[in-house]
Amino acid sequence: MLKDITLGQYYPVNSVIHRLDPRVKLLGTLVYIICLFVADHVAGFIFMTAVLAAVILLSKVPFSYMVRGLKAIVMLLVIAAAFNLFLTPGEAAVTLWKISITWAGIRSALLMVFRMTYLIIGTSIMTLTTTPNQLTDGLEKSLGVLNLVHVPVHEIAMMMSIALRFIPILIEETDKIMKAQMARGADFEKKGLVNKAKAMVPLLVPLFVSAFRRANDLALAMEARCYHGGAGRTKMKPLHYQKRDAVAYILLAVVMIVSIAIAVVW
Amino acid sequence: MSLILDHVSYTYSVGSGYEVNALNDVNLKIDDGEFIGIIGHTGSGKSTLVQHLNGLIRATSGTIYYNGADIYDKDYDRKELRTQVGMVFQYPEHQLFETTVFEDVKYGPKNQGLDDKQATLRAYEALQKVKFPEENYDASPFELSGGQKRRAAIAGVIAMKPAVLILDEPTAGLDPKGRDEILDLIKEMHEKSKITIILVSHSMEDVANYVDRIIVMEKGAPLLDGSPREVFAHDKQLEKIGLAVPQVTYLMHDLAAKGYAVDPDVTTVEEAKQEILRVFGNR
Amino acid sequence: MGIIEAKDLVHEYYRRDEEGNVESIETAVNHVNLTVEPGQFISILGHNGSGKSTLAKHINALLLPTEGSLWVDGKDTSVHANELPIRKTAGMVFQNPDNQIIASVVEEDVGFGPENIGIETDEIWRRVEKALTAVGMWEYRSHSPNRLSGGQKQRVAIAGVMAMEPKCIILDEPTAMLDPDGRKEVIETVHELNRKKGVTVILITHYMEEVVDSDYVYVMEKGSVVMKGKPREIFSQVEALKQYRLDVPQVTLLAHELRQAGMDIPEGILTREELLEALCH
Repeated sequence: MLKDITLGQYYPVNSVIHRLDPRVKLLGTLVYIICLFVADHVAGFIFMTAVLAAVILLSKVPFSYMVRGLKAIVMLLVIAAAFNLFLTPGEAAVTLWKISITWAGIRSALLMVFRMTYLIIGTSIMTLTTTPNQLTDGLEKSLGVLNLVHVPVHEIAMMMSIALRFIPILIEETDKIMKAQMARGADFEKKGLVNKAKAMVPLLVPLFVSAFRRANDLALAMEARCYHGGAGRTKMKPLHYQKRDAVAYILLAVVMIVSIAIAVVW
Repeated sequence: MSLILDHVSYTYSVGSGYEVNALNDVNLKIDDGEFIGIIGHTGSGKSTLVQHLNGLIRATSGTIYYNGADIYDKDYDRKELRTQVGMVFQYPEHQLFETTVFEDVKYGPKNQGLDDKQATLRAYEALQKVKFPEENYDASPFELSGGQKRRAAIAGVIAMKPAVLILDEPTAGLDPKGRDEILDLIKEMHEKSKITIILVSHSMEDVANYVDRIIVMEKGAPLLDGSPREVFAHDKQLEKIGLAVPQVTYLMHDLAAKGYAVDPDVTTVEEAKQEILRVFGNR
Repeated sequence: MGIIEAKDLVHEYYRRDEEGNVESIETAVNHVNLTVEPGQFISILGHNGSGKSTLAKHINALLLPTEGSLWVDGKDTSVHANELPIRKTAGMVFQNPDNQIIASVVEEDVGFGPENIGIETDEIWRRVEKALTAVGMWEYRSHSPNRLSGGQKQRVAIAGVMAMEPKCIILDEPTAMLDPDGRKEVIETVHELNRKKGVTVILITHYMEEVVDSDYVYVMEKGSVVMKGKPREIFSQVEALKQYRLDVPQVTLLAHELRQAGMDIPEGILTREELLEALCH
């Protein structure tokens, strides 16, 4: 039941997008997000759809696999859309009883759904095509300047990468503990906030205990393999820009310019 | 009073596009008071099968009847079913969460709706049954040794007084002594309380000494079903699917092949000893 | 001097209450002496809590002796400067396969150790290929560890240690959480590394059948070494093994019982073939 969460899960195929330097993908994601918020017109939507479709095709990750990640946020989308729909003032399009839906409301609800959906899909391409190690390497290198002001960039990057590695394991564990407690008569569908919170205790305590045990084991295993922080470490997959990365940077610039142009012209 | 599986299949879709048939048209009847071993290796569907028996997993197709009633019926009380068919998961100590062992064991009975006094009584009985050391009743479950944690966790299930008790690899990760103690305990519970026991395992040797009936799972369906002797007689077939029969059974097969008049289908060391002494006698 | 040399090794765990006062002291390893020669395959047997894992952690300098001393390849573990060289010499594989794999791709995990000790990129790749090939996992190099079986995960963990090119590997109950197929897989891999690469192996386990092919077996109980010898010498003492809560393989047990019943069968039978031979001679 919890296995549908695809967020952050690397999808191993060999594609151009997979081979891109993670720094390009990090910047690309940033550019993409900016463009999404710049676009506020049909033409902008169409352009962003074309960009997204092109990247998805290039990435060779099945579309259905990406969409599965959306399931988790459908509820959130619906609620946010409803807020926009009913609470935006303006000229009424439809009036039901005392509540009226405005044109402005419809517009902002649509815009919101479009942006959120594209945001999730777009950013998940990043994690789907980049291994956590590459991702953290990219971050570490991009943010290397922060080292000068004593931000432990390497350690933070390492923590992120480990967290991503353990997400699927902890999800599976949650599933197992839930089943085990259900076999002891637990009811996770109780009504009411207090009851719900109470019902979670038998799930959360074992989960935390297990997470700490794993963390302890892992620390020991890392130490046994000579891990002693970032100092003196070499890289198995050092980051070197290739020709394709240069091409990608140029394309990114083009996308940025086009979407700003669209927004200005219309 | 029995569990009947009628054409039960379970398909579980890992990704869109490819599906795994975890269970494939399983038909089984489990009678009251049986002591069954379900054997198969990882991925054979044995764990999926037992999770169907108490309704934790719902079959994709087919029906399960518990004491004659269809457990998938709209008004069937599946929460009640879970207390009737108790389930001890692999590494059950990972589910412990209360501040004391005693409180933890009371969790199940309390969920059944029993009042505090009754739950306390149940917990006490259950801990006695698993021979949990009394001085540790009020200890934190996280401070116990591995074997004790496992006992406490098993007590947490039997405190609900299930009529059927399923144990998924109850000895995983224990040392040999711990393993024997847990298996002996299960046997004793079966003999004294007359409850149905279903033991899931990948070890033939462990199971042969205890159970009356073995169901060998392979590719989501029972491949062999019968007494240990009947099942182990198919040593060639078992080997083909990567399961070994107990070493003593092999030995007796070898002896029989050499022309000695031993019974080839013995399954335990004790039986083998008697057979060899009978045939080789006073040499 | 052997590659591993323990002299009167003692390790005590101090249990403290909330104010930091010592509540109790538990001796986990009690005056252990141990010598392992290069290229040997050594097994340490014992039930849970016998001190075998505590001993193992000393060989990797994850724990330091309370008393006595331990040398790995001539280096004293209690000298802080020796810590990294010792961990490079003696690699360690742990029980839980999930909790020792750091990366989300098999090859990146194997490269983790070499990265930590500052090996150059090209050399890391050469080592990763060599290590993964040695454990038969090269074709899985770009897989996610989550999709592997328990036995495969442990082989990846072994490759991760091998990539640091240690002289010795210590395996702390590597099979306790695996199914029979996985157990076989791991033990065969370790034996092959020992035979083909000449790596010294210290296998810690509670499964008797895994130690049959070792050069030397130590049995631990309450922190002390209570039995040592070649597998056959150990296996011939069935009563003692039972007393130390260890499991005797069925064939050995049957041979012992038959001998007790007066049949003329030698002690220390290890395999079915040997018993068959003894019966039909």
